[in-house]
Amino acid sequence: MPKRIMFTMGDIACAEGAISAGCRYFGGYPITPATEIAEWMARRMPEVGGAYVQYEDEIASITSVIGASWTGTKAMTATSGPGVSLMMEAVGLAVMTETPLVLVNIMRGGPSTGQPTRGQQGDVMQAKWGSHGDYQIIALTPASVQEMFDETIRAFNLSERYRVPVFLLADETVGHMRERLVIPDEKDIKLEYRKLPTVDPSEYLPFKPDDDLVPPMALLGTKYQFYATGLTHDERGYPSDKEEVQIELITRLNNKILKNADKIVEVEEFMLDDAEIAVIAYGTPSRSAKRAIKDVRQEGIRAGLLRLKTVWPFPERHVVDLATKVKQIIVAEQNLGQIYYMVKAAASPTPVHLMTKPAGMPQLPQEIVQMIREVHSS
Amino acid sequence: MTESVPVLKHPMAKYIREDRQPWIYCSGCSVGIVTGMVARAIDNLGIDFSKVVVVSGIGCTGRTSGYFKTGTYYTTHGRAIAFAEGVKIANPELEVIVVSGDGDIAAIGGNHLIHACRRNIDMTIVCVNNFNYGMTGGQFGPTTEHLRYTQTSPPPIGNVEHSFNLVKLAASSGATFVARWTAVHVRRATKSIEKGIEKKGLSFIEIVGACPTAYGRMNRLGDGVAMHRHLLEVADIQNGLPPHEAELDYETRIVCGEFVDVEKPEYTAVLREAYKKLRG
Repeated sequence: MPKRIMFTMGDIACAEGAISAGCRYFGGYPITPATEIAEWMARRMPEVGGAYVQYEDEIASITSVIGASWTGTKAMTATSGPGVSLMMEAVGLAVMTETPLVLVNIMRGGPSTGQPTRGQQGDVMQAKWGSHGDYQIIALTPASVQEMFDETIRAFNLSERYRVPVFLLADETVGHMRERLVIPDEKDIKLEYRKLPTVDPSEYLPFKPDDDLVPPMALLGTKYQFYATGLTHDERGYPSDKEEVQIELITRLNNKILKNADKIVEVEEFMLDDAEIAVIAYGTPSRSAKRAIKDVRQEGIRAGLLRLKTVWPFPERHVVDLATKVKQIIVAEQNLGQIYYMVKAAASPTPVHLMTKPAGMPQLPQEIVQMIREVHSS
Repeated sequence: MTESVPVLKHPMAKYIREDRQPWIYCSGCSVGIVTGMVARAIDNLGIDFSKVVVVSGIGCTGRTSGYFKTGTYYTTHGRAIAFAEGVKIANPELEVIVVSGDGDIAAIGGNHLIHACRRNIDMTIVCVNNFNYGMTGGQFGPTTEHLRYTQTSPPPIGNVEHSFNLVKLAASSGATFVARWTAVHVRRATKSIEKGIEKKGLSFIEIVGACPTAYGRMNRLGDGVAMHRHLLEVADIQNGLPPHEAELDYETRIVCGEFVDVEKPEYTAVLREAYKKLRG
């Protein structure tokens, strides 16, 4: 497809991003404020030869996505808080069986049913810790309609490269805002695909990693036979209750993300060169923060923004570097403080101030201006 | 000159991961018999084994998938059918077989079962019904009969609940092929599994089995041999009986046979046809 320009909403940009990324299987269940993704996929999947499948619940939706992924099909699901809670079981399964998939969470107010039509960033820690056990995932936080497209493609690429479920964590405002979207010519979109085994099938060990800690992935219906299980398994894929097998497996599952963090993490630095005060934000609040920073600079306050485009793995190195350059840090997030604790731990002893907003409207630019002024004068 | 000793190999061993032996199953358990049925059905049909996908959920029967030497997946509890649906829809060329237990398929996975039947996705579900959760030591489940004893329905009260009849459940949910056999009806059950695999639609085959270690012990039903002998004695073969008459009373009468074999548009076939039209 040649380059196209649309004026559209974030949810639809996400669906288009998935299609451009090669997604040909969508398993889902309607939920506000992510329904537009399902509706768009229901129309578009048949056009591109893929499948839109609506399941009886979110558990089946994501589990079917795991099944589709093991056939070699790029697959995704999209939901919001209550659906993510149901999907957490399968997130663990996908982590354990190293299954590439993309899980879009258009974050709404929680806990429980919360405020379906209002945004929040309350699921940041859930994305990291929601399933049981020690594991790492990847979570991307787009802040515009264009990024809903671009970051969905990046989510697919990362999930394929590291064989891990990748969250696209977008707040409701980003999901529902309408902006200009440029869909590049397909030849300009860089796509990645999982490593397939090249050894003789008789020598194939399905969970033996390469140097990048990621094992090549055999697909169902090929000459490679394998057993994939949520049980702790050795390199053959066979279940084991041995302590050393558990340690080796979960250490590798964690390290394949943590040791590759520099290749995964993306941030945007905005007016940070001479900044004394840094705002750290992601998603919609980061847009307010940009406006606020321009405003306070008019007053002579040297402020800047570190916008997190990736929240997991946490951009620790960026925050540590930042903390050595600025005097104070403000974390503005649309919750009562989640990524704040990660920033605080990384930035210590540089003071970190939390600016919360656990409700539908993100921090307004003038509210962030006020916060920067207060921190500046303290 | 040393004489080589011929090693007898089980004819179905070619489908099995021998490096995973011995089996996890207790002595007297039916799950190994059912594993054999599935292997023989595949063998009799002569289908390309590498295109066969065996999926199961958690439990004793759930361990079955791991013994088959093809693409196999052991899902979380109850999710075998949901995983299998994703596989089949994403690649309709694959032959998808779900082998799991009554607790996995009818309790925690019950919702997925009825909706997969309703969708009529081409797959074969082999459900081993041993009337309890064996892997966790024998607790009552959705198929445990009223007043039967288990670790969580102990004497003197027994099971307060009533059981599902899986044949009726699958048939009324829309499965296009439904059969029930016991673990001693190896030839008949194998034939039904073959039909299920060949059927373009959702096939549900219940195999009533014995769990002497847990259910048998709690209810004084005897050892594995006694329990299987009992299954043979109370089996009442009634092929073609309307599914709503396919009663199951462990003590007196287990109606066996093929009860449903109907044609209905299959999910992936409908999708394929629709795409063809769409593209002109």
